[in-house]
Amino acid sequence: MAPVATPFFFYLLSGIMLIGGILVITRKNPVHSALALIVTLLAQASIYLMLYAPFVAGVQIILYAGGIMVLFLFVIMLVSIDRSVRERQFNSQWVVGIIAATALGGLFVTVFIKGKEIFPEHALPMVENDNTQKIADLLYGAHTGQYMFAFEIASLLLLVAIIGAVVMAKKRI
Amino acid sequence: MESMLHITTLHYLILGAALFLLGVIGVLTRRNVVIVLMSIELILNAVNLNLVAFSRMWGGLHGQVFAIFVITDAAAEAAVGLGILIAFFRNKETVNVDEVNLLKW
Amino acid sequence: MGQIIQYIQSYLGSDQTPGAAGNMFWVLVYIMLVFTGLSVAVIAMNWLERKILAHMQVRLGPMRVGPHGLLQPIADAIKLLLKEDIMPAEADGLIFWVAPFVVVLAAFTTFVVVPFGPTHAITDMNIGILFMLGVSSLSVLGIVMAGWASNSHYPLIGALRSSAQMVSYEVAMGLAVVSAVLMTSLNAEGTGTLSMIGIVQAQQAQGEWFIFKFFPLGLIAFFIFAVAMVAETNRAPFDLAEAESELTAGFHTEYSGFRWSLFFLAEYSAMIAVSSIAVTLWLGGWLRPFPNLLSGTPWEQIFSVFPGVTFLFFAAMCFYNTVRMPKHPLFRVQTIGLAGFGVVLGLIGLILFVPAVSVRIQDIFWFAAKVSGFMYMYIWYRGTFPRYRFDQLMQMGWKVLLPMGLGVLILTAGVALLQPMIWHP
Repeated sequence: MAPVATPFFFYLLSGIMLIGGILVITRKNPVHSALALIVTLLAQASIYLMLYAPFVAGVQIILYAGGIMVLFLFVIMLVSIDRSVRERQFNSQWVVGIIAATALGGLFVTVFIKGKEIFPEHALPMVENDNTQKIADLLYGAHTGQYMFAFEIASLLLLVAIIGAVVMAKKRI
Repeated sequence: MESMLHITTLHYLILGAALFLLGVIGVLTRRNVVIVLMSIELILNAVNLNLVAFSRMWGGLHGQVFAIFVITDAAAEAAVGLGILIAFFRNKETVNVDEVNLLKW
Repeated sequence: MGQIIQYIQSYLGSDQTPGAAGNMFWVLVYIMLVFTGLSVAVIAMNWLERKILAHMQVRLGPMRVGPHGLLQPIADAIKLLLKEDIMPAEADGLIFWVAPFVVVLAAFTTFVVVPFGPTHAITDMNIGILFMLGVSSLSVLGIVMAGWASNSHYPLIGALRSSAQMVSYEVAMGLAVVSAVLMTSLNAEGTGTLSMIGIVQAQQAQGEWFIFKFFPLGLIAFFIFAVAMVAETNRAPFDLAEAESELTAGFHTEYSGFRWSLFFLAEYSAMIAVSSIAVTLWLGGWLRPFPNLLSGTPWEQIFSVFPGVTFLFFAAMCFYNTVRMPKHPLFRVQTIGLAGFGVVLGLIGLILFVPAVSVRIQDIFWFAAKVSGFMYMYIWYRGTFPRYRFDQLMQMGWKVLLPMGLGVLILTAGVALLQPMIWHP
């Protein structure tokens, strides 16, 4: 499928993501932060589509935006917010935090400027008609599958997380 | 201007780095535990974006499979983190990170 | 100018959907067509629901507004648009404003991949069914936002109950969908597909609709999905979250006028969307009944006159009711209106007999007919079943449908492995 107007969509979606990210970390009301995060996640799913990864985009929409954020909204509604909206929002070590983040940012900028040759530009045209089938080959394939063990470990991890979350949130143990 | 119009892998990496920075600032400076957890989700998303961008660059699908595993792990970690938050909130009636100081001497 | 016409004509005669072909003009045309068709369908559903429920309850329903109440939906729409727009004083303004749009967005975006024919879809994504399930799960967010932003007890409880119900039944829906997708992989290469058009083409290649495959496994999977989709769209008998006697309209209590009509629009669109999923996965999508059993040219011709005959039947019913109208001067306008409506339906039926139109309209007609059957079932459930209590509802979702879904999935996978790969050329 021929890509259409790639720079326009990239800058639009990355602008939405960055504005959403800034809103997540600066809003007083956690519900507003959660909504900004949902917008960021949906924009990221669209960027995955631009990167020829439709399956990851679908998984992002179902799991992240439709599952994890619903969990966040439920917990925000359970934990009463009215008092915490009126308190101060940034903790007492915010200066050190900003300095650390600036140092990290400087590191990133240095890497990107000095190491531009690390990212060679042979843009392979990836066809997305059989993306799901190829990912399934990598995960489950008889001769091409390498990630079966990781898959089983991930399901075990989810089981442990379910049991852990249920035990933590119960009223009486 | 020409380099800005042709979207290369570097553009996606810079976007991922910017999101990562925003997440780190959120984790380090906010008081509300829920917002700290949401900033951690931002960090994980930035990592996913890097993975998928590199997968596009090199042509294999290993990056995308890794991104799917990261999303799965993020779901598990969000569930457990929010469970801990609820358990803590039930005891102390606050959601501020500063006030988790029972063990402070 | 010639270049534009060239661009427009380059898509005609293609064997791909406009999204896959990359033709932006036809993508926009298809989006407009789907949007218009959906709006007409929602309006028709409004009228049909009131009339069919009324006839099931041995009364007449709306009869005054137009002939036999045909203009009732338009009157409702005008009333809703003119109503005062109330926002509660302590409500969270931004979230209160955004919530109906999120629900409508989620309901309408699912139609991007719904296949009305082998090339009659807006686009054919590789992850079609995954996309539809994912985007329809975004409406849970809108409902939670609506309940939270209203800052009142009934909406909050209604929103929490409604979203808990939707999330629970999404799991059962997902398992049933996986069972159906598994059946698409029974071909020579052993590869299945998640794309909606690919699923219907797999049913066409294997020669039987998936509801009849591995009897009774396909039927049980279809049954699980049919129950879960009614619960997913908060319709009777699972509508505790919005029942008037229980929660004074649940999460959309505080919404009035145009915002309420957005929720209403989103509910009907979501109903049509999940019915489209059920039709595509189990009932063969756009395929006509009995393509292998009753094949050959005479049967093709008989089945190809179905669209025209259907509309002529509706026109005949309109004329019959025109004749039965009371012969009173006050009823003159209604009689003329009904006769005019009958004439319009008859003309549409006659147009559908023309071979050039009839050849193109077959797939869309069969798909729409099957989805209409599902809509009738929705209204039938509403008129027949008593409401589930909320704990009974959650119990059924987790303790009955989920184990059934898992069992059907495991059995389907077992049967699919044990029989040799069948390929119907």
